[in-house]
Amino acid sequence: MKIIVTNSSPDPIYEQVARQVKAQIISGELREGESLPSIRRLAQDLQISVITTKRAYEELEKEGFIDTVEGKGSFVAMQNKELLREKKMKIVEEKMAEAVEEARLLGITRAELEEMLGLLYGEKG
Amino acid sequence: MDNTIEITGLRKEYKGFTLDDVTFTVPRGYIMGLIGPNGAGKTTIVKLIMNLIRRDAGEVRVFGMDNLRHEPEVKARIGFVYDAPRFPEDLRLETIASAISAFYEKWDGRRFRNLLEEFQLSPRQVFKKLSHGMKMKFSLAIALAHDADLILMDEPTAGLDPVFRFDLLTKLRALIQDERKTVLFSSHITSDLERVADFVTFVHKGRLVFSAAKDDILETWGVVRVSGDGISPAEVPGARGFRRTEHSLGVLTSDIAAARGRFGASVVCDMASLEDIMFFISKGNAHV
Repeated sequence: MKIIVTNSSPDPIYEQVARQVKAQIISGELREGESLPSIRRLAQDLQISVITTKRAYEELEKEGFIDTVEGKGSFVAMQNKELLREKKMKIVEEKMAEAVEEARLLGITRAELEEMLGLLYGEKG
Repeated sequence: MDNTIEITGLRKEYKGFTLDDVTFTVPRGYIMGLIGPNGAGKTTIVKLIMNLIRRDAGEVRVFGMDNLRHEPEVKARIGFVYDAPRFPEDLRLETIASAISAFYEKWDGRRFRNLLEEFQLSPRQVFKKLSHGMKMKFSLAIALAHDADLILMDEPTAGLDPVFRFDLLTKLRALIQDERKTVLFSSHITSDLERVADFVTFVHKGRLVFSAAKDDILETWGVVRVSGDGISPAEVPGARGFRRTEHSLGVLTSDIAAARGRFGASVVCDMASLEDIMFFISKGNAHV
């Protein structure tokens, strides 16, 4: 598991941790059933509060990304393939929303944007 | 959550200084920082926990036991490290340690020797020849060697160089890998606490200002800054103190989100560091 936290980000540290773990699960870097470092171990590694890592894990658990078994630790949850695809779709959607917003700010029309998308998609796919 | 320390309504009167109505708990398995400017009452609280001075009122429970009625049991499980450790000046470290070890059932001689080595101390050194930092290391080695469940430290980082301070803090983090261990340390060096504490208790002028999870504090407190006199401190939601200079006003708030909501982009809203909080409450105008 690779995690970097920064104090210069406005995002709370627990969110930074949760987001990076999530990204690694979605990308497949962390596999189903793989065990995660304990809350205390991770806190020590990252030099952050135990409360912070605990909160990050709780967040991940709530969203179904990880399971915590009392006395055994935390594991990457079995991912429902549909659900995983949905989550990945959501990431694409978010990025597109960003692009649309940026385009609006710059006064790029929908037609122009669609043309751009067509080109990008055509080139790579 | 189990609490290692429970302090309720603690009071101690001195001429010219009273610690009054201090209530907070230190949960087991965490590091709590006790913070406040010099003379705020940090050392008084630590001494009351150790029963080195008599309390005038209130209750202190450690490991669920009253610290006066069960003093020997309680103290056997505390590793006490304070800023001017006193041991017989002319004795060698190994001699001091062997005398001390008799008092502790759980003394681990091998662990002690390893710690000395790690701290680059020789068992044959004489106590009075140690520097301040080395004395601190020696007393920490003793605390860790008897496998204390609570490490209680008064200003352990004062007068230490940054490298050793960093080592010490790392050691504390490593210690609470075992969730039965708890650390309470007082410090006026806020960056140390910011780096390592899970909880922060802030005292000022003998009174408790707050005792909370450090992350919660750092995520909710902030400083509102305006140039000139566009707003008055009382207008800032959650205002806890302010400081006015010729050209600007800074207001400390415990609810920076509300302040942002109220003023939007017309003022600067920064997150507050523990140092900001200490500064505004002790040096600014605390009464808004």
